[in-house]
Amino acid sequence: MKAGTNLEKILESGRFAVTAEAGPPKGTSAAVIQRKAELLRHCCDAVNITDNQTAIVRMSSLAGCVITKQAGVEPVMQMVVRDRNRLALQADILGAIALGIGNILCLSGDHQKFGNHPQAKGVFDIDSIQLIQMMKKMRDEKKFLNGEEISGDVPIYIGAAANPFADPFEYRVKRLAKKVKAGVDFIQTQAVYDVPRFAKYMKMACDMGLDKKVHILAGVIPIKSLGMARYMRDYVSGVTVPDEIIDRLKGAEKAKEEGVNIILEIIEQIKEIPGIHGIHIMAVGWEDIVSEMVERAGLMPRPVL
Amino acid sequence: MKTITQQKPIEEIMQYVDRCKWIHIIGCGTCATLCHTGGKSEVVEMKQRLEASGKKVTGWMVIPTACDELTADALRQEAEAVDKADCILAMTCAIGVQNIAIHLKDVKPVYPGLNTMFIGIEDKPGHFTEVCLQCASCVLGRTACVCPLVRCAKSLFNGPCGGSSDGKCEISPDVPCAWQIIYDRLVETGRLDEMEAIEPVKDWGVSVSGGPRQGDVDAECGIVLSSAEPEATSTKS
Repeated sequence: MKAGTNLEKILESGRFAVTAEAGPPKGTSAAVIQRKAELLRHCCDAVNITDNQTAIVRMSSLAGCVITKQAGVEPVMQMVVRDRNRLALQADILGAIALGIGNILCLSGDHQKFGNHPQAKGVFDIDSIQLIQMMKKMRDEKKFLNGEEISGDVPIYIGAAANPFADPFEYRVKRLAKKVKAGVDFIQTQAVYDVPRFAKYMKMACDMGLDKKVHILAGVIPIKSLGMARYMRDYVSGVTVPDEIIDRLKGAEKAKEEGVNIILEIIEQIKEIPGIHGIHIMAVGWEDIVSEMVERAGLMPRPVL
Repeated sequence: MKTITQQKPIEEIMQYVDRCKWIHIIGCGTCATLCHTGGKSEVVEMKQRLEASGKKVTGWMVIPTACDELTADALRQEAEAVDKADCILAMTCAIGVQNIAIHLKDVKPVYPGLNTMFIGIEDKPGHFTEVCLQCASCVLGRTACVCPLVRCAKSLFNGPCGGSSDGKCEISPDVPCAWQIIYDRLVETGRLDEMEAIEPVKDWGVSVSGGPRQGDVDAECGIVLSSAEPEATSTKS
């Protein structure tokens, strides 16, 4: 075991994992996170706490993770390289471990231009692949990036993102391979709506043997309305929503129910794709739906290890 | 090398020169002329605007290359008009502004009329693209001559992020994804395997984060970098 987290145990034992996502509030209320943790407690193995997602200032991921953990739910701390340099990243990694957080997800982060402080200086001292590499070094060699010794153990289960829907498509699996080479343990992908493209990506990944080296969790984002589907198709970077989905929502009497049905069908297809070891549900404010989705997807109860 | 400049808003310029009655204007015959920001016609136009606002212009000139040492000669030749002025309005890049300031015989305020944007190349007629951050450890040999530090919005070192779509950057459909260009060039030349290597973390200490940079030209060694004033080294404790 690298960190001995619940997520690690589930994935390493070959079980199908379920993770979800919760965004900290634009404020100081611990109760917001506690409520989300409560909703997600029984239906997933770990919850990602986002790090100033879409470059909008929120309560820190580290604080959100601590609150989640105190609520009895295992957190995955998201870490973007947009807001912190190598000193701050390493400092927060040490602090997270001291506070009992074992899963950390390495991300570039959406560009600050999209957020609520578009005039901010983006840090980007190191990139997400270098962050993976740095964490592996911290864990396996007990050394900082500069080679100095770290006192104490650094148990981290290292995660990263992958986007099979970005371009150039042919390069996407090579980029995944690069993350594996850097030392990533698990991957959570961007939301899957285009299943054939995702299956093609996974085939390429399996052909390279990557499914044997890393646990890949397919991302899903439940669709609440036709407007949301259109918005994601048109404005959310790195997400593609096929026209069939838009058409189905257009024709549906109750778009909200149809949206859930669509995602459940996608999950069914995803489960059959070789190399997929779990799903990652990003409910983006609609955490109430997660437990119903996991139940209906036949993934309840969650294993207790 | 072209330094790309943009004219400052007239309101900001008027704030600078608020306490000055007599102003001398200096343009530049190289980059600022090319950008139509500080060439002869812009300098003359600025003269008219200042005069329309009640200012007196003691004179104006367009120095061939405001960033080089001939600026000292130009200031000497124009001494009469320069001496009479309360301040200089430099419609040059920031290098020109500072060069003028250090070559002035008598100390007086030098105000920038332009914002210095970036070092760019004219990749299409009349279109400039930022190409270099002056990072002191050039990666172009590994990135098919496209600098990801300035041409990727996130300065990524190891390939395109998840926001690259149809060859465009996530920040704007008008901005090409630098890594898509790098990828295409590496594919074309059969060198895609070069993108598999993980680029090590950058040493920013030799560039923007290492403190002010200075260098001395040495006939044998080329530029010898020094990080402090020569006299400061002797007094260092």
